[in-house]
Amino acid sequence: MAMTVQLDVVSAEEKIFSGLVESIQVTGSEGELGVLPFHTPFLTTMKPGMIRVVKQFGEEHFIYVAGGVLEVQPDCITVLADVAIRAEDLDEQAALDAQKSAKEAMKHASADFDYAEAAAQLAEAIAQLQLIRKLRKVK
Amino acid sequence: MAGGKEIKSKIGSINNTRKITSAMEKVAVSKMRRAQERVAASRPYAEGMRKVIGNMAGGNLDYRHPYMVERETGTVGYIIISTDRGLCGGLNSNEFKRVVQELKDWKDQGVSTEFALIGNKATAFFRRFGGKVLAQQAGSGEHPKLADIIGTVQVMLKAFLEGRIDRLYLVYNQFVNTMKQEPTIEQLLPLPTHDAPKRKYKWDYIYEPKPEPIIDMLMDRYIESLVYQGLVENAACEHAARMVAMKAATDNAGNLMDELKLVYNKARQAAITQELSEIVAGAAAVG
Repeated sequence: MAMTVQLDVVSAEEKIFSGLVESIQVTGSEGELGVLPFHTPFLTTMKPGMIRVVKQFGEEHFIYVAGGVLEVQPDCITVLADVAIRAEDLDEQAALDAQKSAKEAMKHASADFDYAEAAAQLAEAIAQLQLIRKLRKVK
Repeated sequence: MAGGKEIKSKIGSINNTRKITSAMEKVAVSKMRRAQERVAASRPYAEGMRKVIGNMAGGNLDYRHPYMVERETGTVGYIIISTDRGLCGGLNSNEFKRVVQELKDWKDQGVSTEFALIGNKATAFFRRFGGKVLAQQAGSGEHPKLADIIGTVQVMLKAFLEGRIDRLYLVYNQFVNTMKQEPTIEQLLPLPTHDAPKRKYKWDYIYEPKPEPIIDMLMDRYIESLVYQGLVENAACEHAARMVAMKAATDNAGNLMDELKLVYNKARQAAITQELSEIVAGAAAVG
């Protein structure tokens, strides 16, 4: 039987996956990487994309994440996933919105079209599409 | 029949109110349950973050994140989480009372304060109370999302990095149990230092590409997750408090109806007695 390692995929809003896996494959900030049991302690950020998980007994599983942090220790892997695509300018925009809202205080901030937001949504959509395509291939 | 009709219509209207409050109570019960599940679901993430940050602190990095550095306090920032809607007992007012007390202490020490507000009730309160509000956000609804608070938190983190505030606190209601909600003030920045976990041998992460950006990102996420937890916990409190308040209102309406029914019956009986004695008196006069 193949060796396994405990994997936890959590986001701020929910626990997405927890269980024993034989290996995982993620899109790190520096490129694709695979992690096997007894990997050296390792920390990296992830790009929006999917995690390919080989569960115990070889079953494949895909999880989509919108970025986050990957922590690897010899006996466990933790993925701290973001719940939505994050980008510097997007966060900036959110901050500006909150400030504007403070100034207006009682009125709702208008939902006008925003380039940064649209670009991030597009990136997310593309990543999701890729996942779907890959899933189809597997079938 | 003096006042009989008025009393009857009053009973009717109280009965209608009671129906509404009892419906609200039932809704609050189910919403509270879901909110509690959300609180539980948000915990593993913050725990994972805490573990990673603890491990990093245990390694031998030269880099010290600005969030860890204590400074002399000139200005204090508060992120205050409140509900969007009322009818939840003294939940918000208790919380604001705590904050106002703290603000007085700071004022006595000559420290100024700035706020970021989440929820309509806080906005309404601080509009009356005064104070410098840096950011405001409301309407996170029944299912609060992390994305809702990013902007507000970002404003305060930036203010901290730029030195406009020297400390940051989070104010929210902590869910003790259904009957008890505790207003809580928690220090977010500078991060209270945890003791690094004791290890048998020294190890450190391999950071890819470099430690600094990863740590920066983790710290921001960690603070956000703490605020998010506060938000979901506050939501659970809101529903619990509303449930209790509505139960009390329903009971009170019931009592009021019982009393009014008594008054109504008495008035009815008095009217019948009076009519009877009039008839008897009339008959006696004729006879």
